[in-house]
Amino acid sequence: MLSTEIIYKIILILAVFTVTLVVALYSTFAERKVAAVLQDRYGPNRAGPLGMFQPFADGVKMFTKEEFIPGNADKQLFILGPSIAMLTCLMTGAVIPWGGDLTIGDYIFKLQVTDINIGILYLLGVVSVGVYGIMIGGWASNNKYSLLGALRASSQMISYEIAMGLALIALVMMTGSLSLGEIVRQQDEGLANIVYQPLGFLIFLVCAFAETNRAPFDLPETESELVGGYHTEFSSMKLGFYLFSEYINMFISSALIATLYFGGYNFPFQHSLGIEGNALSIVQTVVFFGKIFFFIFFYMWVRWTIPRFRYDQLMKLGWKTLIPLAILNLFITGIVIGFKNGFFN
Amino acid sequence: MQLTNRSKQVADTKMTWMERIYLPGIIKGMIITFSHIFKKKPTIQYPEVQRPIAPVYRGQHVLKRDDAGAERCTACGLCAVACPAEAITMVAEERKQGEEKLYREEKFAATYEINMLRCIFCGLCEEACPKEAIFLTDRIVPTTYLREDYIYGKDRLVEKMDHRVDVSKRQTNNLADFKNNSSKAHNKTI
Repeated sequence: MLSTEIIYKIILILAVFTVTLVVALYSTFAERKVAAVLQDRYGPNRAGPLGMFQPFADGVKMFTKEEFIPGNADKQLFILGPSIAMLTCLMTGAVIPWGGDLTIGDYIFKLQVTDINIGILYLLGVVSVGVYGIMIGGWASNNKYSLLGALRASSQMISYEIAMGLALIALVMMTGSLSLGEIVRQQDEGLANIVYQPLGFLIFLVCAFAETNRAPFDLPETESELVGGYHTEFSSMKLGFYLFSEYINMFISSALIATLYFGGYNFPFQHSLGIEGNALSIVQTVVFFGKIFFFIFFYMWVRWTIPRFRYDQLMKLGWKTLIPLAILNLFITGIVIGFKNGFFN
Repeated sequence: MQLTNRSKQVADTKMTWMERIYLPGIIKGMIITFSHIFKKKPTIQYPEVQRPIAPVYRGQHVLKRDDAGAERCTACGLCAVACPAEAITMVAEERKQGEEKLYREEKFAATYEINMLRCIFCGLCEEACPKEAIFLTDRIVPTTYLREDYIYGKDRLVEKMDHRVDVSKRQTNNLADFKNNSSKAHNKTI
């Protein structure tokens, strides 16, 4: 019994790991394709059929580039920076529920690596550690540009984490649970959380853009203005890790948006379709990935539509608009819950 | 002066609340970018698809032979004089006994080089040539990695006997008259 569970978990962890990497790999390709079609171009279409092998060509290019560590850089921290960035973003996939339960024989297999009862807290914690990857990388480069880039990146990420946390607290107040599995199950019984938390969703969405350093909040990199931000001195696969972790973050935050506000793996009328058990679970997983891919596309769609913020505008939006709005949202949610529970009677 | 009907009067008025929250503007912009997915792409997929070119396109040169297969060029140097880019160089030589099949007249170009990087494909050489020896064709000069490879000698300029180049499109009426006038010395077969 115990060994079956352990073997299953190991397989599931490896599967989640692989899927995350493959999706992130193809996100780099999708980014270029989406950018192209939104600008009336074709995008990469030479490597393999429809350019499908382009990400592998990019990967080989990254690996074969010269590995360079600046002379005055702190070697240990220089290597630690991209490692933390990669590690933290891969850790987040553990608490996402990817689908319903699978029943094989007497065993019930959950399509979730671990349903810890503080899932949201765990996610926020891991994401906060991700800031260290950027800060350490910028600091260890021993370069003014890198340090300034790291400062910009970390202050942005810390500022938006507050509003993100506040938006999530409203959701947690409503659902009464920090467990992602529980939140998804509640959305199966009722409506998706976006119906109850539209403002919270909007705040969370904007903060998710800022947290993943995506346009219009891509100020840490600003490839058209700055030298390169915190990863100026990085080359070869160390740079690849930073860029790759951004795409993994995008995948995970898309999964998180779908889980928290759009019903996770649930879809409308799923119990009246006449499919049950394992078949339903598989369909649910497919639907969940459909939602994730839509949000990944949404990220790219926004990137090629909205111009970048100025740094003071970014800070103003974060501190003067989103945090008060999140507190207001929290307040309204509290009053509504109070009314429901008869607190004001 | 009004060029288009799309001009807007700029005003420094204060933004309304709807404008200041930016969301309607963002949604409008996203609809515009989304609509571009379905637009026709102007890209020409080059090696497979080629842009249509005019029949009188001025591309890579050819040194013509006459109907019997003898080179028409007599190395008079008028093309080199006419060339504004100074791309043409040549060395003249006298025809020897038994080479009548190879060269049409008593003098011929021992070497004839065009630097395709200098050439501006204006066609003045073609206009200057009294012997109808040089023509520009609708072939595009292929790219290579070395500058030396762009200096085309006679090996690449003179048309091959088994692979004649059709230049009839670039022959104007004046040229055709000139060519068909059998009283002119250069059209007489020796």
